[in-house]
Amino acid sequence: MKKLIAAFLGSMVLAAAPVALSAEATRELKMAYDADPVTLDIHEQLSGGILQLSHMTFDPLVRWTSDLSFEPRLAESWERVDENTMRFKLREGVKFHSGNELTTADVKFTFNRLKRSQDFKAIFQPFSGINIIDDYTFELVTSEPYPLLLNTATYIFPLDSEFYSGQTEDGKDKDAISKHGSSFASENLSGTGPYVVTERKQGVRVEFERFDDYWDTESPGNVGRIVLTPIKENNTRVSALLSGGVDFIAPVPPNDLERIKRDKNANLVTMSGTRIILFHMNGERVEAFKDPRVRQAIAYSINQEGIAAKIMKGFATPAAQMSPAGYQGHNESLSPRFDVEKAQSLMKEAGYEDGFTISMMAPNNRYVNDDKIAQAVAAMLARINITVDLKTLPKAQYWTEYDNRAADMMMIGWHADTEDSANFFEFLTFCPDADSGAGQYNAGNYCNPEVDALVEKASVETDLDKRAAMLQEAEKRLYDDAAFVPLHWQDLAWASKKKVNIEPVLNVMNFPYLGDLVVE
Amino acid sequence: MLAFLVQRISQAFLVMFVISVIAFAIQDGLGDPLQQMVGMSVSEEEREALRDELGLNDPIVVQYLRFAGNALQGDLGNSYFYSKPTLEVIAEHLPATLELVIGASLIIVFLSVPIGVYAAIRPQAWLSKFFMGISTVGISIPVFLTAIVLIQLFSIGVTVNWFPSDTGWGQWFNDFFSTDGGMPSYGRGGDLVHLFGTWESGLFTSEGLAHLVLPCVSLASIMLPLFIRLIRAEMMEVLQSDYIRYARAKGLSAGRINFLHALKNTMLPVITVGGVQIGIMVAYTILTETVFQWPGLGLMFLEAITRSDIPLIVAYLMVVGLIFVVTNTVVDLVYGLVNPTVKLTGKKA
Repeated sequence: MKKLIAAFLGSMVLAAAPVALSAEATRELKMAYDADPVTLDIHEQLSGGILQLSHMTFDPLVRWTSDLSFEPRLAESWERVDENTMRFKLREGVKFHSGNELTTADVKFTFNRLKRSQDFKAIFQPFSGINIIDDYTFELVTSEPYPLLLNTATYIFPLDSEFYSGQTEDGKDKDAISKHGSSFASENLSGTGPYVVTERKQGVRVEFERFDDYWDTESPGNVGRIVLTPIKENNTRVSALLSGGVDFIAPVPPNDLERIKRDKNANLVTMSGTRIILFHMNGERVEAFKDPRVRQAIAYSINQEGIAAKIMKGFATPAAQMSPAGYQGHNESLSPRFDVEKAQSLMKEAGYEDGFTISMMAPNNRYVNDDKIAQAVAAMLARINITVDLKTLPKAQYWTEYDNRAADMMMIGWHADTEDSANFFEFLTFCPDADSGAGQYNAGNYCNPEVDALVEKASVETDLDKRAAMLQEAEKRLYDDAAFVPLHWQDLAWASKKKVNIEPVLNVMNFPYLGDLVVE
Repeated sequence: MLAFLVQRISQAFLVMFVISVIAFAIQDGLGDPLQQMVGMSVSEEEREALRDELGLNDPIVVQYLRFAGNALQGDLGNSYFYSKPTLEVIAEHLPATLELVIGASLIIVFLSVPIGVYAAIRPQAWLSKFFMGISTVGISIPVFLTAIVLIQLFSIGVTVNWFPSDTGWGQWFNDFFSTDGGMPSYGRGGDLVHLFGTWESGLFTSEGLAHLVLPCVSLASIMLPLFIRLIRAEMMEVLQSDYIRYARAKGLSAGRINFLHALKNTMLPVITVGGVQIGIMVAYTILTETVFQWPGLGLMFLEAITRSDIPLIVAYLMVVGLIFVVTNTVVDLVYGLVNPTVKLTGKKA
């Protein structure tokens, strides 16, 4: 009898054990984004989709919190050794999906691969090397003092060096990064992250399953399985949520915000974003744009608040500068300056009372309502007698025109990869220089060496307060000089069923930390 | 017969050649594929290097000759986005489109024939007038609108409160016009059966079939009215012909006259139009597949255009061109079988 009871109890324990384990992560999440990851190689392309994948299947050394500070992940702690060196302590006992254990050798492998990646090498350009102290200690070294070292560390997602080393059966290097054609890394993946890719059909669906040996046992996440379906068409994506076909969607188009708000089973989260939408005024094509008064007149004629309210349906934050709130360069004192009379008198002062004709180009499927915004701007310019010949193009064609600077005013949206103000200046307002790549997207050919010098000085200033003051000064000077026409920061929106508690895992960078997602 | 086939095959080659030349000639207008392959902040130098690697800096004629040389060996290049041979990508997407087209064709055949025949036999009946009215409306509503309405009605569901809900009859009418929703509104579902090669079928599971319903109905909605009208018109004409009158005079039953003698001759032009329309339906799948996120050729093509995936665009156009040539050839052959008086090669009898 005793034996029987023991056997009975034993079987109870056996039966209960797997249940207890999987009880932590038993929920299924069906989600729809507008696109699925292009590749499984997280170093092949620097894009939002790839970073979203990175956060699901890998872990960074440090990651951003929702209030834009840093949170330790695979790096447990860090300290500055000298001006150019930061020492990191790696978390111990972290396992890769393959079963290998994470050490500094993996970090070194990853760092070197990032330096080789076409898309990432620019971000890692300030780094001169990595020193391995022991299995769990390493140092990142920059050639000059670099204030954005931790920002950059959010891009280091350690790869499984053993898994990605060696050759495939047909003799290709496993660590090769290929922009076209398949490679080992574009089809296989081993990271430390909360999810393992179990099935992937490009353009159709990706399935993830919770990694059993995930190191972060304190994570509240209880989702055991994720099915990601790309749904490009806005309407279809929203319908999929409202009909219960999926549990979580992003992005939510502005036209459907009300519809989702009204639905009693849906949950909508919006956030002011960090992508600035602006117009450049090309002084090389239009003589009048060289006159700061004309540029100011244009700045005064644009009603940013009107665009944000009417066209964007409140789904944007009106902007008067490039840096969004929360960035070091964000200057509180700058606000949109809509004043048509002032604009008209500035035009008169500059001798252009009768106005002139310009060409304008904007994409029509890249940013939210981009073509409608361009039409509104054109109408606003008509009030100061500037006649606009507007052309809107699909993004596939637009960027070729953009590179050729094919119109007098061109629209661009920019998000700083480093989540830092200096990046905006470097790409959008620096004097264009083909050799150094500065001002690569400065379609205004605006050139202000003083501001450039100020930003460059800020880029090596490690005292963050001083640095912030410099960047804010730079924003102020461009504002006064009306170097470009800022419109707004595009908001972000996600929606889910009520039982999916998405809000805590969302952030302004738009990579949801799905590993920590809780589904009721 | 042999001469006919040879003629058609050489015609197919000519069509494919012309399509490939046109596709190559317009590729500059399709945008820069690099833009989709690299991040915004990648330098011009890196882009140039990648362009060299892809051979995009070569003169267009050199690029075309390279492409044509490979194409003759059955290699239509690699898709930039899928990093795989384009024909393989197309083969993966083709089954989804075929199942959609088959489903829609079945709906069309099984609805248009009875409705068309009925409307021809009883042109004055109110039911005929009702069907003709509906078909006029159906033909003038764009496919994507039908699709969106179907999704709203049958996936999301509509709650109607037009009638006073505190009365019994009001509530009954409200319930009558409300829909529950619940039909799948996107994709093919996860429960597919692997048949052979790249063919994964949704025809054999309830989940797969449920996913087919709305897309097939939307796709059928554009062609169905056309066929109803066509069959009705043809049938009415045939019913006026002499041999039908003789048959009536002879005292044959109405069923035998209508369905055996009249219908047979009605179907001749319908088959011709139908064959051509199936080709056109492949084109309409672009709209349907986009709205339903149906992972077939149409959606693939549309996305290839937004990504400037030129090799895939070229390959798609060539394959669709081939499909058109093949369906037309098959239609001509079938026509010849049904009506032996037709000479395929146009020789004098």
